[in-house]
Parts: sequence; C-alpha cells; structure tokens
Amino acid sequence: MAAECPVCGADIEFPEGTVENELIECPDCGTELEVISVDPPKVEEAPSEEEDWGQ
Amino acid sequence: MKIGFLHSVMRRDEKLLLEAFNKRPNIELELIDDRKLAFNISHNKFSYDTVIERAINHSRALHAIRLFESEGIKCVNNSKVATICGDKLLTSINLKEHNIPQPEVRVAFTEESALETIEDMGYPVVLKPAVGSWGRLLSKINDRDAAESILEHKAILGTYHHSIFYIQKYVAKQGRDIRSFVIGDECIAAIYRTSEHWITNTARGAVASKCEMNDEIFDLSVRAAKAVGGGVVAIDLFETDEGYSVNEVNYTMEFKNSIDTTGVNIPDKIVDYVISEGTK
Repeated sequence: MAAECPVCGADIEFPEGTVENELIECPDCGTELEVISVDPPKVEEAPSEEEDWGQ
Repeated sequence: MKIGFLHSVMRRDEKLLLEAFNKRPNIELELIDDRKLAFNISHNKFSYDTVIERAINHSRALHAIRLFESEGIKCVNNSKVATICGDKLLTSINLKEHNIPQPEVRVAFTEESALETIEDMGYPVVLKPAVGSWGRLLSKINDRDAAESILEHKAILGTYHHSIFYIQKYVAKQGRDIRSFVIGDECIAAIYRTSEHWITNTARGAVASKCEMNDEIFDLSVRAAKAVGGGVVAIDLFETDEGYSVNEVNYTMEFKNSIDTTGVNIPDKIVDYVISEGTK
C-alpha cells in the first residue's frame, strides 16, 4: 500500500523507518510532503516556511 | 525516565535524535507535536522528567518551553537560552556582557536614525531581522542608495519588529565561517561553512567541511554558550585578523551535515546530555 501525492497523484512507497511528521519529497513531482500517517500511508503538502522558522 | 520530544515537522536532524533515543534502555520517549498542543495554565498535567525542544517555529518553541518549565519540567534548551538565542539583539547584549568578541553591532529604531547610524559606521553593513534564521532577509548594504531603499521597504512592508534595526558591520569572511557545536561544558566539533555567496548558511547552499578543533575555538565557543545560558547550542564564528569573533548562537541546532564531516556522533551526545539533565 502506498501513499498518494496530493499534488501529482504519484504512488509513494515509504522507506523503512519512516516516521510520522517526517518530511519527504515526491519522487515524481518533487513537492515537499509531510507524512501524516505511516499505516495507512498518508501524506500532505508540507507546511510553508514561516518567518520564525529556523534553528 | 520519561522524555518529551517537542517537534513539528520531522527533519533529518529530528530523525537522527529519535534513532539515538530509541537505542537507549529505560527511556520512554513521547512525541509532542506543537501543532496539537494545548495548555491550560492552571491545570496542566505533564509527567515528563525532561523535554527536548526540537520545534521549527521559534515562537512556539519558546512559549511551550516556558509553559513546561512552569510545571517544574526541565527543558533542553531552557527558556532563557531560547529567549536570548532567538533574538540577535539579546544575543549581542549577552555576548557583550560576558566580554565575548563580536562584530560591531548598532541598533536604531527609526528609518532616519538607522540611516544616520549606517552612514556613521561606513559601508558595507549587514541589516538583520532580530528574529530569523537560515540567512533569511539578511541585507548586505553597500551604499547609501541601498540603505535608503531597504530601510524604507522594511519600515513600510515589515511587521513592527523589522523596525528594530539591528545593524552589524560587515565582516569579510574569505568565503567561509565556522560553526561549532557546544554541549554543556564541551565544544564537541566544528565545521567550516564555505560558499561563494557572502551568506554562508548551509541552508543557503554553503558546503560543510571539517574544522580542526583548537583551544581558541573550544574556549570561545564554550564561553559564548555560557553567555547565553549554556545547554546545547551551535556557535557561528568569524575568522578575523584580530582572532575569532562570535556572529550568532543557535539554540535548536541543526547538525545533519556535520556528523560525517566531523566524525562526531552529535545526536548521541545530545541524547547523553538530555538524559543527564533529566537525572539531576
């Protein structure tokens, strides 16, 4: 079972060790995605950078 | 021991920390997504021995830490460190109060006084938002025309905190600066960040390479860390003819590009420190 990219519809297989909230890239369209659920696999577009993001 | 792991999105850095925690025996790690958090100031009930802060939003991190601390929970880093490091002006003040060398910094509150200050300092200068990271919205100002334009844009388009004009004398970096990593009383590693661009953040494409530790980098880094309250911090250093000077101190440090580069298992050392703080 694969997650579906919300932008291009590509199937995305999670690598082993994927965790919830992890940032991944759609292998087809390159969109940055956030893993919402590992099982069942589900992704959303990652949040956009905000002014106070950083380290 | 129960450890809270405060986060939002999980980057490579957070995953490496999770992996390091998961290897430790007798650690119950609970993930705390700041987007799902809600506090009731009078009736919070948390059972963490300590909380490690890895949230990507400074404002959420700072306030969440303070709320956890109000329940008696020790946080790494603590709210004092987050407050100081999250604001470049407060960082500069604390560095000054601890006699840590840093580039010349001046502060003004209006377009007019900022322009006058810049003219007095001489060009180039760097205008930085007091709160911000990853080299975002830094402006290298080479002449009066650019100064007038940028100050006007900031005053009109920026939110109020962009009118706290933090002005730093530009330091010619010879294409690189140093990022050192401090945990507690030890500077555990350092890297060079090299770029053809004057901004040398790795988030902006600078390349990391190993910087051999020396006594001066070690001592200055630890002193700078202590000046902002200690804990787990990353120090940005400039190399100048007069020696090293401290540019910035970061409190939710990113290290993923520095593990292989330095040969130091940075996440393991952070986990050691968090556990040791939790047992104090």
